[in-house]
Amino acid sequence: MTYAAATVVFLVLILFVIVLGFLAGRWQAGDMRNIEEWGLGGRRFGTWVSWFLLGGDLYTAYTFIAIPALMFGAGALGFFAVPYTVVIYPILYLVFPKLWKVANAHGYITGPEFLRGRYGNRWLALAVGLTGIIATMPYIALQLIGMQTVIGALGIPGHGPLVIAFAVLAAFTYTSGLRAPAMISIVKDLLIYLTVIVAVIVIPAQLGGFAAIFAKIPPAKLLLAVPKAGSGGAYTGYATLALGSAMALFLYPHAMTGILSASSQRVIRRNAALLPAYSIMLGLLALLGFMAVAAGVSTNPEFAGGFKHYGASFAVPALVLFSFPAWFAGVAFAAIAIGALVPAAIMAIAAANIFTRDIAAPFVAAAGAGTQALVAKLFSIVMVIGAVVFILEIPSTYAVQLQLLGGMWIIQTFPAIAFSVFTRFFNGWALLAGWAVGIASATWLVSLNGFKGSIWAFHVLGYTLPAYIALATVVLNAAVAVVLSLPLNAIASDRAGDETVAADYV
Amino acid sequence: MIKWLLAPVYIIALCVPFFNRVEPSLFGFPFFYWYQLLTVPAGALLIYIVYRVEDREATK
Repeated sequence: MTYAAATVVFLVLILFVIVLGFLAGRWQAGDMRNIEEWGLGGRRFGTWVSWFLLGGDLYTAYTFIAIPALMFGAGALGFFAVPYTVVIYPILYLVFPKLWKVANAHGYITGPEFLRGRYGNRWLALAVGLTGIIATMPYIALQLIGMQTVIGALGIPGHGPLVIAFAVLAAFTYTSGLRAPAMISIVKDLLIYLTVIVAVIVIPAQLGGFAAIFAKIPPAKLLLAVPKAGSGGAYTGYATLALGSAMALFLYPHAMTGILSASSQRVIRRNAALLPAYSIMLGLLALLGFMAVAAGVSTNPEFAGGFKHYGASFAVPALVLFSFPAWFAGVAFAAIAIGALVPAAIMAIAAANIFTRDIAAPFVAAAGAGTQALVAKLFSIVMVIGAVVFILEIPSTYAVQLQLLGGMWIIQTFPAIAFSVFTRFFNGWALLAGWAVGIASATWLVSLNGFKGSIWAFHVLGYTLPAYIALATVVLNAAVAVVLSLPLNAIASDRAGDETVAADYV
Repeated sequence: MIKWLLAPVYIIALCVPFFNRVEPSLFGFPFFYWYQLLTVPAGALLIYIVYRVEDREATK
């Protein structure tokens, strides 16, 4: 089934943002031969541009498809996205203005670079940098899947449109750098807010109000299961999933790039109070999963093919096609597709910054600023091509599983990054050992789950404590780093390698 | 130490046994859903208060 009006509106909006992407390089133009200009927008984004950029960066197309799909399939558990995106902001407020300050003082453009300056340890920086690049690859791939779902919902077959979209993405990322996603994110966020506001007014009106929608949800899915005696049950699972996901989020290279591109510490602090607006939007969006249940789209023959092909991920596209006039479905789908382009571009740029500053420069050959910018631009293309190949060659379930593992891995950089802006107690090698223990134990536990589940039932003093594996293993990681730092500081202190001073952090 | 105002954000957002219930419902939303949506502006407000106080101290 094809939808002509929706497709026309969709294509017009996509073309508009592509033109915007190419023009963005001229906005407050800097010297694109400088990697700080290309990869960090010259650190000059104010409160509002940062708000749009970080909103577009953190609340992605994948989220817009996957969270409602989780609500649609698993019920209340999917709502963990709300506490998750509440508890990230105190972390943003406390940790990242300090990181911005020290990065600005020393010209760091990545998180690992800060660690190299702090500990004089390029191996620790390499471990953290590689973790970031590897965790980012499936994340970009999932953005592609999000885009593919809406293109498929429009009835356009094949991978052709997706390949074209990402070739264009690679091109404007190359020419405009971080300014392209910054500018496009303004369009994307306005479209997403418009779509969500219209959806929560129009769809409940069609379905007889929110009470009628919630009444259609089976009781077992409406709330979390009450735990049995002696177990934390779904309660600890839900809370640790929210907290662990929050600790991981800002460690992703694309999130770090978004933060470091701010023009001051004040911009970041203000955004810790302003960005939650997106969390409200995400919560309402999650409820679209329940609306899809209430509307009965999964048994509607019009959407049978879509559900067969995309599974629960088709819930939102089906609901959009079912509830909206065709032209507005085009707007909603464009919002989701542009919601894939923005973070994908930032992810490619962020990975490229890491490759250039933390792998190529310290391990291959030191290079001037011009060469660095060129290396970064070329690597951003490699990242995009890698993600496209990933999608074309590897089944999408693997991308989801790798994304799950990516979250487990990236959180292992939390002790190094977050603790190091407060204290120089740790030893660089101890942090590296903690990272290795964390990566190994998390991967092992996820493999015992068959790479499917992210929750593990730990047994503590006769009590069963189901917890998000990432959170449990990062606690182990931090403990190893503390215990090893004590003897290492005594016999092989690396404090002399610290090029930062206390004033760099306040 | 105005920063301690950030600690309640974690309590209100993660006290799952407290909010895992249907009643009292509001505008058709079960408690589980409207309460958690409400934690978003509540958390933002706490962060804003901390920001205002610290920002004023810094510019003094």
